[in-house]
Amino acid sequence: MAVVAQVIDLVKNYQMESVTVPALRGVTLAFERGDFIALMGPSGSGKSTLLNILGCLDRPTAGTYILAGRDVSQLSDDALSEVRGRYIGFIFQSYNLIPQYTVVENIEVPLLYQGRLNRQTRRRCIELACLVGLGDRLDHRPTQLSGGQQQRVAIARALVNDPEIILADEPTGNLDSKTSDEIMQLLCALNDAGRTIIMVTHENDIAAWARRVVRLRDGRVEADYRMDRAA
Amino acid sequence: MWDRQTILGILSYVFYAGLAAASILVLAAPFLLGVKGRRCVTAAVRSLWLHKMRSFLSVLGIIIGTLSVIVLMAFGEGSMHEALEEIKKQGATNIIITSVKPPEEASTTRRAFVARYGLTYDDLRYYQEALGDQVVSILPLRIMPAEVRPVLAGNRMVQGRVIGTRPHYAVAFGLENALAEGRFLTEADEFPIPANVAVIGSDIAQTLFPGESPLGKSIKFSGKDRAFVVVGVLKSRHPSTSGAIIEQFNNDVYIPLEASRALLGETQFIRATGARSAEQVQLHQIIVTVREMSQVRPTAEMIREQLSRYHLKADWDIKIPLDRLEQAERTRMRARILLAAIAGISLLVGGIGIMNIMLASVTERTREIGIRRALGAKRSDISLQFLTEAIAQTTVGGIVGVILGLLMVVIAPFVAERFFATHLPAKIHVPSIFLAFFFAVAVGVLFGWYPARRAAYLDPIEALRHE
Ligand SMILES: Nc1ncnc2c1ncn2[C@@H]1O[C@H](COP(=O)(O)OP(=O)(O)O)[C@@H](O)[C@H]1O
Ligand SMILES: [Mg+2]
Repeated sequence: MAVVAQVIDLVKNYQMESVTVPALRGVTLAFERGDFIALMGPSGSGKSTLLNILGCLDRPTAGTYILAGRDVSQLSDDALSEVRGRYIGFIFQSYNLIPQYTVVENIEVPLLYQGRLNRQTRRRCIELACLVGLGDRLDHRPTQLSGGQQQRVAIARALVNDPEIILADEPTGNLDSKTSDEIMQLLCALNDAGRTIIMVTHENDIAAWARRVVRLRDGRVEADYRMDRAA
Repeated sequence: MWDRQTILGILSYVFYAGLAAASILVLAAPFLLGVKGRRCVTAAVRSLWLHKMRSFLSVLGIIIGTLSVIVLMAFGEGSMHEALEEIKKQGATNIIITSVKPPEEASTTRRAFVARYGLTYDDLRYYQEALGDQVVSILPLRIMPAEVRPVLAGNRMVQGRVIGTRPHYAVAFGLENALAEGRFLTEADEFPIPANVAVIGSDIAQTLFPGESPLGKSIKFSGKDRAFVVVGVLKSRHPSTSGAIIEQFNNDVYIPLEASRALLGETQFIRATGARSAEQVQLHQIIVTVREMSQVRPTAEMIREQLSRYHLKADWDIKIPLDRLEQAERTRMRARILLAAIAGISLLVGGIGIMNIMLASVTERTREIGIRRALGAKRSDISLQFLTEAIAQTTVGGIVGVILGLLMVVIAPFVAERFFATHLPAKIHVPSIFLAFFFAVAVGVLFGWYPARRAAYLDPIEALRHE
């Protein structure tokens, strides 16, 4: 299978006054197109740090990150914004919708910053809202929606730019188990349709939805194995 | 043609046009940036509307600033406009020399004392010879105040000011087109034989000859037998309010200078608080009209020198209508300095208000900034968003201020007249609207800049973590 994202000897140090805190100490991983990876590990093991770098929100201290065939490890801030907008879809634990925007407007945001907002793409946003089951809530604001519904909007938003990888940071962390299952089913359906998903979680039964598990400990890959999908 | 005034005028128009263009450019900029910019504008307007009270308070400084620009410019312009009107009436190229009763004679209590003072025919002759080419006309006037010589016609009487003068009075005072009927005095009225003719003001005409034409009718002056034939009637003219004296032109009667000498003699008897006093004044006023405004001052200086040399008493005064213009220019300048001060202060206050609210808004929306950044917004997109919001606020504040200012300009003179009995000339100065508007937009740009930059330079990861 084709590799969409690859990190080689990734190092990330945080400078705290005079002390250097190592968060990643040489991580090498390759992510294949259409895979569903669960990123696991104890608190402080570097999951978020890795996800931020994969999401081009941060630059590694050393090492290489190749996304869609291009080294993006040391791009400028503007170039990174561009890469995020074009290749990456984000799903956050706390949904992170823009409160004053409606469902459709929230889904549109990535297109807005790529200057691709027009009648056609607006139709696509509505289709995506329907796809995640919010066809009847197009003009609602986030506060008028339940947590599960908000996360669905976030998923639709993560899809709108047709990204190379979808990064999810504990996407079910704020949801009850029933809603969590629904969200995981949705993510699995997207994965089945060919989407590459990298998801951080510390729950085993959430990780069980994935095809591959990568375990981190102290900024290093501790384990990396494939498994059969549950259910 | 290309004098200083014209060039300054053109420059000021270029300046105001520049201000207008700059403001429009700033306001249009988001729309030129396509859908992204348009979204910023709608978002800004939406958030303004959402926080109406907060926005109002934060732009209060802007409102006061723009309002004061409009109001102060209007007052400066009003007094300027009034002065120009005034000068048009009195003639900007005129130098008015007036006989003044010297203080030592005014205080005398001796009976049967005849006060002799003032301008003389010698003065007049001297000016005619010495000033020669640079003057258009030299106009002598003998003025009999209204209380001295009531004007009669049949059994009607009116208090009128009788002025003995020459035909070119009409030129000096721009009366060529001010005749309602008939003609003004002519050379033929003076020479070879002084004629007994009169030109009367509109009020006199109305009082003495109600409902009929005064032309060809005769009038008399109280205590004298000789009748004067009315040959012309002037249109109504607005009173002039230069200095402390209000001149009511409409009660004037103009007769030829020679006739006034023959009729009234040189000595006038004045009855004041029981005591009869007499005074002898040859000429009450000489009005010198020069060719160019630039000649007014040097000529006035020459006249002043001559007068102080030949007159032993301080029995004369020189008035230059052009001074009124300078006085108005000073008023306008004062208004502008005040404007600069107030505008400057409210710029600072308004700007700080905006900066404060924008910084609060950036903090409040840190999470939103993080989200937008994660979804592909560049730093410039974020700063555009916040800058647009700041400019939207100050622009709306500016519009409100301009409207309130215009209302005030309309209402204030009325209120001043009505409740404070003061005359407050105000005239809406259209370019000041551009100035005020530019000022509002500029404050938005200047003071929105720092918060916008701060928003743009937030670390996306930190911002996303922000509660
Ligand atoms: N902004 C930061 N400044 C300093 N240290 C940080 C920062 N972010 C993370 N770290 C440190 O890096 C290490 C890895 O953190 P993180 O990636 O958040 O782990 P996880 O998400 O697996 O809990 C931890 O020791 C953490 O304290
Ligand atoms: Mg974490």
